[in-house]
Amino acid sequence: MGLIQEIDYGTPASKAEKQITLTVDGFTVTVPEGTSIMRASMEAGIAIPKLCATDMVDAFGSCRLCLVEIEGRAGTPSSCTTPVMPGMVVKTQTERLKTIRKGVMELYISDHPLDCLTCAANGDCELQTQAGVVGLRDVRYGYEGDNHVFKRQDGAENFRWMPQDESNPYFTYDPSKCIVCSRCVRACEEVQGTFALTIEGRGFESRVSPGMHQPFLESECVSCGACVQACPTATLTEKSVIKIGQPEHSVVTTCAYCGVGCSFKAEMRGDELVRMVPWKDGKANRGHSCVKGRFAYGYATHKERILNPMIREKISDPWREVSWEEALAHTAKEFRRIQYQYGRGAIGGITSSRCTNEETYLVQKLIRQGFGNNNVDTCARVCHSPTGYGLGQTYGTSAGTQDFDSVEESDVIVVIGANPSAAHPVFASRMKKRIRQGAKLIVLDPRITETVDSVHAKADYHLPLKPGTNVAVVTSLAHVIVTEGLFDEKFIRERCDWSEFEDWAAFVAEERNSPEEVEKLSGVPAELIRGAARLYATGGNGAIYYGLGVTEHSQGSTTVIAIANLAMATGNIGRRGVGVNPLRGQNNVQGSCDMGSFPHELPGYRHVSGDAVRDIYESLWGVKIDNEPGLRIPNMLDAAVEGTFKGIYIQGEDILQSDPDTKHVSAGLAAMECVVVQDLFLNETANYAHVFLPGSTFLEKDGTFTNAERRINRVRKVMAPKNGYADWEVTQILAQAMGLSWNYTHPSEIMDEIARTTPSFAYVSYGLLDEKGSVQWPCNEKAPDGTPIMHIGGFVRGKGKFIRTEYVATDEKTGPRFPLLLTTGRILSQYNVGAQTRRTDNVLWHSEDRLEIHPHDAEQRGIRDGDWVRLASRAGETTLRALITERVAPGVVYTTFHHPDTQANVITTDFSDWATNCPEYKVTAVQVSPSNGPSTWQQDYDELSRRSRRIEGRLEAAE
Amino acid sequence: MMQPASTQAPEDVVARTAAVIADLSGLEGPLLPILHGIQEEFGFVPNESLPVIAEALNISKAEAHGVVTFYHDYRRAPAGRHVLKICRAEACQSMGSDAIAARIQQLLGIGFHETAADGSVTLDPVYCLGLCACAPSAMLDGEVIGRLDADKLDEIVAEVRS
Repeated sequence: MGLIQEIDYGTPASKAEKQITLTVDGFTVTVPEGTSIMRASMEAGIAIPKLCATDMVDAFGSCRLCLVEIEGRAGTPSSCTTPVMPGMVVKTQTERLKTIRKGVMELYISDHPLDCLTCAANGDCELQTQAGVVGLRDVRYGYEGDNHVFKRQDGAENFRWMPQDESNPYFTYDPSKCIVCSRCVRACEEVQGTFALTIEGRGFESRVSPGMHQPFLESECVSCGACVQACPTATLTEKSVIKIGQPEHSVVTTCAYCGVGCSFKAEMRGDELVRMVPWKDGKANRGHSCVKGRFAYGYATHKERILNPMIREKISDPWREVSWEEALAHTAKEFRRIQYQYGRGAIGGITSSRCTNEETYLVQKLIRQGFGNNNVDTCARVCHSPTGYGLGQTYGTSAGTQDFDSVEESDVIVVIGANPSAAHPVFASRMKKRIRQGAKLIVLDPRITETVDSVHAKADYHLPLKPGTNVAVVTSLAHVIVTEGLFDEKFIRERCDWSEFEDWAAFVAEERNSPEEVEKLSGVPAELIRGAARLYATGGNGAIYYGLGVTEHSQGSTTVIAIANLAMATGNIGRRGVGVNPLRGQNNVQGSCDMGSFPHELPGYRHVSGDAVRDIYESLWGVKIDNEPGLRIPNMLDAAVEGTFKGIYIQGEDILQSDPDTKHVSAGLAAMECVVVQDLFLNETANYAHVFLPGSTFLEKDGTFTNAERRINRVRKVMAPKNGYADWEVTQILAQAMGLSWNYTHPSEIMDEIARTTPSFAYVSYGLLDEKGSVQWPCNEKAPDGTPIMHIGGFVRGKGKFIRTEYVATDEKTGPRFPLLLTTGRILSQYNVGAQTRRTDNVLWHSEDRLEIHPHDAEQRGIRDGDWVRLASRAGETTLRALITERVAPGVVYTTFHHPDTQANVITTDFSDWATNCPEYKVTAVQVSPSNGPSTWQQDYDELSRRSRRIEGRLEAAE
Repeated sequence: MMQPASTQAPEDVVARTAAVIADLSGLEGPLLPILHGIQEEFGFVPNESLPVIAEALNISKAEAHGVVTFYHDYRRAPAGRHVLKICRAEACQSMGSDAIAARIQQLLGIGFHETAADGSVTLDPVYCLGLCACAPSAMLDGEVIGRLDADKLDEIVAEVRS
């Protein structure tokens, strides 16, 4: 195996088409115009010495190590900042250059500690390497005199010396080792876009400063790790490397957090994970990362992780640890008993958007083949099911239209109901980079989010709409485009049905859809709507990115359709830089939907009523598949309460915490006779479980995740499952215990079955993925290399379909008792229900959920910042602490749902999307009042959790 | 870099900073003019001003900090009632400014970059006042003084002490 060494070309690649040929040390090399001599030289295989250059950031030319000589030019220009010219003759190694480089290196080393043997970067230090490269043998200047190295000098304090900054939980900053190359500062600015670092002072006083000379943790730093990656010395070093030592081999895999799907090198020492380093060839992240994927993997070895299967008779009993055989035999027996007693449809299952495609495929296969019904659903039900419906209806396929690279060619970026800076940080960095290059940004969000006002990338238009008015506002944007004649008639006539467009155009043009009318109900000033619409329609390539703020509404599907209409009407579909892109929340939401996790669809979004499709699986699986859709999650819970649904297999989802109306969920679960939970931790749902099957982490299995751009990325096993089995193996053993003759020996065989049966995956295989790194589906005979951009030349469904989007206000309305609107969201450092991130040091950034409330609303209620408040809706109440901020408008309050003790979903109602049942998380009428502490529900629930987590023979219950 | 404690109430600094920004933020490349304006307003650039400036210009606090610490002319603490700058550049050095510098430090009892304990005067070095023809030179409260000698130094000391 060995450590994967990525070539550092020193400066970023040029995208120019014109090629330039030059000679470097007698070798001819041809590169795109705009390439630096340094990069061209590296392309020819010649590494010019360098310190301040790295190919993740633009050339800076400060270290003076990369000097070269060019025939016919005076002096010794720096190769990183000098672009190639035709016919140029470059020499990278002459007596003159050798002398200069050695002199420069002497100066660096004269102010650098000589503790290489005990230094954390030993073996991975560019300064050490370059000292070797230039042949440094002594330092004539000595080490006396002014320096930043020694704490004390000549018996006195050395005022230039600065202690290590240990404030960040994941990396240290040791200023005594800093050579002030600015790579960290530039990475923070150019790659991450946070601008949290600077060089303070000048000359010999120059130091790297987080924020205003603050510790990292107190500065604006978001701990993405780009600076640590960029640092050529031990100045910025992962604490894990300091503790463990340098890794010896690495494996490329895919992050298991959000839907961006970043590629990482898992760098290992033996079977210990030393660090996760973003992989430059990763096509989703291009070498960048966020605090979650880069650092927050400690949950995999957290003491609360459950490693042994457990069963119990009643949920009031303590858990009893049993063997895998006993647990799975018991489960199979119980499921069969329930089916015998209550009927074939009395059990079902939920696939996980956190697990691999292969595992998800197996769970739905177990249900369809083994359970003999279609009672399968997935957590996408509560997030992006409206995307599936809306984009399916209008374009003919349920997925984002672009790859992430596409944003590099966007001119106007519209973000609706999403906060990528917090929830999809690596995409946000790429988007902000494009905005800094001049693209315009329009944001529709009730809050002033980090995406609205990030430094150097402020939104040109922020439409702070009232929660629940998405359809009205997006339709109003269409009103402006239609009534002002800004639509793309040629595109519409070519690719859509003109009469459908005319019908839709007549509808949106109605006066009630005008910005002036919509202002009255959305609170968005009409001129903002008009300005934003004009910008999107006329500003060049317009790209729409949207999130759960669009889907999690009673009209979620309608908004998705409205967005699709907007893109069609302006011709912003079917090429680079444009498109409609749902930002998927979880690592494999796209994949779990693709894999037939919905009760009405077989893999590849093919309806169960289709005879031809059922035939494929019936002949392969040797069973009859029901041609009627099965139960959705809410229907399963309803049926459970009614007594007709008795058993459920839940793989890797915590429905009690993540699904709406917690009390209804708990009542449904409590009414079942066999609840099987497969997870890493005793999650909230497990409080109601009878069987607990320990899950495996993404580090412990092979498989694939499909990200928000339809990219199928490989997940590779770097260590043996600590629980004994990968999740796909557990499902297989359960299937075998239920009498199915499954015999997969590796997930690649599962993918082969998927490819054989699913047209859009026809050419996908592990062989292809290993060869190409990743592919975007559809990947078949029409697109052997996959499909980065969809709908080129025409829509998947044939003609793009315009559909009227009538705004119907939600039934969840404010009134005298519940005068405020609650909306929910996420924060950068935490992920979803927090099961993983809460078990890492990320809690330092967000240790509790807070209720954001406008100062005006707070003052009216006598609430001060940090006070405990009672948050009540028609569904229930909870308590949490208030955070007074003008980021929310008066009348709107906001919270996150990362912590189970907050129980934000006790508050949310059971209203849901008309088409897909996606819950209306984003709008709940609430009242907020001062409180002394936890609500009765919270106290009762706390007690229940404590009791239901007891494990026999253990003093301390887990968690 | 030091983090000087501000002598002003934070709300006051924020309000006065905002007023300076309001006057100057329309300029192209407004950061340096705003920092000059702040220094004029407060006599130095208070740390509390930087987040306000950063927010107004949509830059990070780190960037504001980086710029203000780069330029020695931006003070981070209030200066004395008088500011004396002694030129230490090459032309003045060749005309004996080293001795002048040593002498004035002795007379005032403070070093460069320091302010007298009674707040009467701050002594700064400066690198060229463009007055090389009259070297060695100095600047007292914005007024240049050429052909420094022992007598002129005594006059300067008497003035700043008065």
